[in-house]
Amino acid sequence: MIPELGHFALVLALALALVQSIVPLYGARRRDAVLMGVADTTALAQFALVAVSFAALVSCYVMSDFSVATVFENSHSQMPLIYKFTSVWGNHEGSMLLWVLILSVFGGLVAAFGRNIPATLKATVLSVQAWVAAAFFIFILATSNPFLRLPNAPFEGRDLNPILQDFGLAVHPPMLYLGYVGFSITFSFAVAALIEGRIDAAWARWVRPWTLIAWICLTLGIAMGSFWAYYTLGWGGWWYWDPVENASFMPWLAGTALLHSALVMEKRDALKVWTILLAILTFSLSLIGTFLVRSGVLTSVHAFATDPMRGIFILAILVLFIGGSLSLFAWRAPLLKQGGLFAPISREGALVLNNLFLTVACATVFVGTLYPLALEALTGAKISVGAPYFDWTFGPLFCLLLLAVPFGPLLAWKRGDLKGVTQRLAAAMVIALIGITVVCVVEGKPVLAAFGVGVAAFVIVGALTDIVERTGLWRAPFPIAVRRAAGLPRSAWGAAFAHIGLGVTLLGVVGETQWGSEQIVSLRQGDKVSLRHYDFTFDGTSMRNGPNYKELAVKFTVRRNGEPIGVMEPSKRSFPARESGTTEAALMTRGFSQIYVSLGDTTADGAVAVRIYHKPLVLLIWLGAVVMAIGGALSLSDRRLRVGAPKPARARAALQPAE
Amino acid sequence: MTRKQRRLALISAGVAVLGLAAGLVLSALKDSIVFFNSPTDLTEKHVAPGTRVRLGGLVVPGSIVKGKDLNVRFEVTDGNKAVAVSYQGILPDLFREGQGVVSEGVVDPSGAFKADTVLAKHDERYMPKEVADALKKQGHWVDEYSAKTGSATGNKP
Repeated sequence: MIPELGHFALVLALALALVQSIVPLYGARRRDAVLMGVADTTALAQFALVAVSFAALVSCYVMSDFSVATVFENSHSQMPLIYKFTSVWGNHEGSMLLWVLILSVFGGLVAAFGRNIPATLKATVLSVQAWVAAAFFIFILATSNPFLRLPNAPFEGRDLNPILQDFGLAVHPPMLYLGYVGFSITFSFAVAALIEGRIDAAWARWVRPWTLIAWICLTLGIAMGSFWAYYTLGWGGWWYWDPVENASFMPWLAGTALLHSALVMEKRDALKVWTILLAILTFSLSLIGTFLVRSGVLTSVHAFATDPMRGIFILAILVLFIGGSLSLFAWRAPLLKQGGLFAPISREGALVLNNLFLTVACATVFVGTLYPLALEALTGAKISVGAPYFDWTFGPLFCLLLLAVPFGPLLAWKRGDLKGVTQRLAAAMVIALIGITVVCVVEGKPVLAAFGVGVAAFVIVGALTDIVERTGLWRAPFPIAVRRAAGLPRSAWGAAFAHIGLGVTLLGVVGETQWGSEQIVSLRQGDKVSLRHYDFTFDGTSMRNGPNYKELAVKFTVRRNGEPIGVMEPSKRSFPARESGTTEAALMTRGFSQIYVSLGDTTADGAVAVRIYHKPLVLLIWLGAVVMAIGGALSLSDRRLRVGAPKPARARAALQPAE
Repeated sequence: MTRKQRRLALISAGVAVLGLAAGLVLSALKDSIVFFNSPTDLTEKHVAPGTRVRLGGLVVPGSIVKGKDLNVRFEVTDGNKAVAVSYQGILPDLFREGQGVVSEGVVDPSGAFKADTVLAKHDERYMPKEVADALKKQGHWVDEYSAKTGSATGNKP
């Protein structure tokens, strides 16, 4: 009964989405308030229906109802409750349902909180949003219905893929989807603006909060995915330039560019056409990401199933939306009036440079990700484009961008003073140079490592310089500086945090890649091995039983300079339901660095293959992403940008009668 | 600066960055592309020693020999030809006899394949796509495999 209820709710949601895609749009053209008002009701009702549908699926999983095909395929009665819950989106059908759930959440949020958006724009936005929703409802109902029943209910499920039985997977997909799908709102706003043929600075202000929310979630989602890969896959890598990673990274790059160009549009009424194009491109890349991951053209942990129908269906959605929106853009964009002028050396100019580098870097990732697919389709040759390609294309471009980052916030709008800004950045440059010298001379590391540290220091200190300058920290007395700091717009703090986060991540990347060391050895009980300053002793093995697995754990005592500092217990788990296993690495955190031990196979004579890594500063990689997200959140809390923020209080105060 | 000059500055900056990117992309694509080969391709095409290639196929049952210092040798087949692969390191969790595997490395002058990376699947139910295609080409795509992938898609009659 429950699965049928969920299925039925989904069909109703489709019907509502179809109404919502036509009626409010027609109402907006006719300026009919009643017809436009339909959008709010349908968006909220749609959200409620999808929520019911999702809840129905969750309850099927939690109650282990194996008569439902997807539950049978991906769950097991002995699995811990948390994983029964997360296996809802640990498969194709469920994750698509999560996709539309988030889509309808965003639609509902616009309907509920977009009170200050002009009625016609809001109605059009919700209509466009409903087109996307309708397309995906049809996709789910036609090709990936999560509620399909099996004729004979099996007694036990097939279990979730063991490497997905992890807490990281409880967080990573919803976060990533919030990011991907969040950009649908920006897309809807862009398409609505094109339909209306009118766009101004206020548009940028309405769009910015949605873009920020999506960007924050995407940042955290990508970081979470990278962290998950790092500790689960057992080889200690945190980024592999795998197509599925790129699929999430490309929207992030385009979305970051969008955040910056929307800023120019909001403040200076310039770059309008470009911002619209970026909004369309960002969501298009999210759709391409969904296509790459879900269609099965790539082999990876994300390609749950390879049903060609689904791939073709998503491809059709892709062509329809990307092609349609770009055609609309080509047709309507010339109608949009161009705005403010600016000199090349100015805040606007710096943001244009930022956009240029971000989009071009995104394009190189795009080429590297899709070239193998295109080549195979055209010539049949199978190739793989690996990490070296991305290191040599994305790397240099991003380095140039990072060098420019500290200049941006210090330049004035309209016309900036490059010489003055360079002088103000002197401290940052000196610190960067000291960093380079220390790394090169004292540590004797290659130029690349030194350069990386220098750039990271420049970005971090440069971002701090902006705050110091604005508060007059060294010039004014301390209490005044503190008061000024409190009075700074939150968005200024947001920018500083986001840029600092970037530097912190870079520092982590450089530390891990340039200072890291690893050792792969075969060990027996009592054997000792050392790596950097650490000595590891193989104490012994033990067998343990988990709820739905058995594990072989190896105990190591770790010593530094002869002093024991802890015990590490990596293990190998085997899951009988799927006759497969996972490697559980043991991690020991020392400051921002980690020691990483994972197990390989066991040989007949009792020796165990062991991988030991020392990963200096590795935690900074993800910490930086968290700092970036905090920056985004600070910017989001800026009064000026708050969703549905009332008009400034000053205006109202002026109207109050004198007492 | 006039409006024209400003536009010119903007466009030339754009062209410069795009040119840089295009140069980087082309040079990187030339150097870092790795071609995929089936064991048949590898034996028939005479890949020059030292070229990086990917080799995909099924691990021949009984061919895995584990030596000292984590050295391991195994054979990979597409049903037609088999190629010996040597590798030093830890094999992935899902590396088994009779299962699909993709390894990356170079052919040494003796004709043996020296792998530095061995990739198995993330999930025991799916075959790497390249391997499946190579098997189909040789006509060794047994129904058993498609039955496995069939059940994985969740398509019930």
